Amino acid sequence: MSAAAGMAPRPVLLAARDLTRRFQGLIAVDNVSFELREGEILGLIGPNGAGKTTLVSLISGTFAPSAGELEFAGQRIETLRPYRRARLGIARTFQVMKPFPGLSALENVTVGALFGTARLSGRAAAREEARALLDFTGLGHRADQRAEDLGGPDRKRLELAKALAMRPRLLLLDEVMAGLNPVEVDEVVELILRIRARGITILVIEHVVRAIRRLSDRVMVLHHGEKIAEDDPATVLQDPRVIEAYLGKRRQ
Amino acid sequence: MSGNPEPPVLNIRGLRAGYGQLHVLEDIALEVRRGEIVALVGSNGAGKTTLLRAVSRLIEATGTLEMEGQNLLALRPEQVFGLGLVQVPEGRQLFHRMSVEENLRIGANRRRDHAGVAESFERVFTLFPILRERRRQLAGNLSGGEQQMCALARALMAAPKLLLVDEMSLGLAPVIVDQLLVILAEIRDQGVTVLLVEQDVFAAFSVADRAYLMETGRIVRAGNVADLRDDPEVQRAYLGVEGA
Repeated sequence: MSAAAGMAPRPVLLAARDLTRRFQGLIAVDNVSFELREGEILGLIGPNGAGKTTLVSLISGTFAPSAGELEFAGQRIETLRPYRRARLGIARTFQVMKPFPGLSALENVTVGALFGTARLSGRAAAREEARALLDFTGLGHRADQRAEDLGGPDRKRLELAKALAMRPRLLLLDEVMAGLNPVEVDEVVELILRIRARGITILVIEHVVRAIRRLSDRVMVLHHGEKIAEDDPATVLQDPRVIEAYLGKRRQ
Repeated sequence: MSGNPEPPVLNIRGLRAGYGQLHVLEDIALEVRRGEIVALVGSNGAGKTTLLRAVSRLIEATGTLEMEGQNLLALRPEQVFGLGLVQVPEGRQLFHRMSVEENLRIGANRRRDHAGVAESFERVFTLFPILRERRRQLAGNLSGGEQQMCALARALMAAPKLLLVDEMSLGLAPVIVDQLLVILAEIRDQGVTVLLVEQDVFAAFSVADRAYLMETGRIVRAGNVADLRDDPEVQRAYLGVEGA
């Protein structure tokens, strides 16, 4: 359960080999290979339209790959339906948060606890789990509020709590920092580090560079669907190709 | 601009606004002068979007709200728009199934000066060459950065005096945000005044002349960006600078 990563090599949890996805003429993800080790946080950055969200959708099962292989915990998953992958322990968040409207924060998270790997049978057990997760994510005092009434950072916390209720081994985070100011970003960074400390492996798409720098053990860069860099954050964020394609000069 | 007796483009004094019985904004004072980019920053829920809604006359408000000396409180949203107060909404809000050119034309919908509209097309295509290339494509098929450019261009097609730009950087790659900031400065240099609401405080401060900081429905600080950037309290609460 140690938060420290990159000591002894840990077992590979997710392996992508030559993953490709075409949409008619467009190659959204082009021959991408990478590995995620247990307990690791991998940052995924790249310009808008680079294929980041498509890659996450290939892992979660929303899209099937046009070619390539995906292995999760030693099992091939590229042909499995999304719900089967969720039960194996793959959970994701979405760029546009979609809480169940009309339900309270607690009920939203309870729904997650009734599915996923845990599939807690009793509603009471699911609610108990949901309450614990609201406390963990700092939303305990908002449990009875309607989900759609939650503001920016609280909405992100809810999205994380919902995903955690699936008891995932791998969490795919798609731009959870968007729309937060720097101080709010730091709060969510702290929360994500605590999630990793629970032993959960994380793939994080983010445009907020200060978050990527603080969170990631390694950073992978996509550009026009291709992987153009993969290394520790300091190295990647100094890579001239990455500055040219993604970072711009002001951030240096 | 100093010594110029003209009234500010936007003058807000003692403004109070909210939803029904709920007062979200209390005693807001904010001024935007001709040729400025003014940033409005604050955490989520501070009331920034509510202030924009009050300025655009979408919600009830009391106090002073003037554009170039003219009282806006009695006006309807389309009248305020007609005076040249134009919003670039959060999330772009383009018409996704219409072409880029059709989206831009909608921005000019209320204008009757056909020669001026043609000139505005030329001006936005010069500012955003990619939109000229893509003018026949559906707006929904543009990348996030291109969509934000299209939203800015659509607003410019209305020949605005004051642009209200809400969360321009949302979900965009840093290099794209930088391009947009450069273009925003160009827009200002062409004579359009800008009020920029932005969560990315670093980005906002890099382009703005002055800034207002908002907390729980009030303006808690205002000043030149250079002074605010060095203010330890601002660094702690808004920039997240370590050790401040």
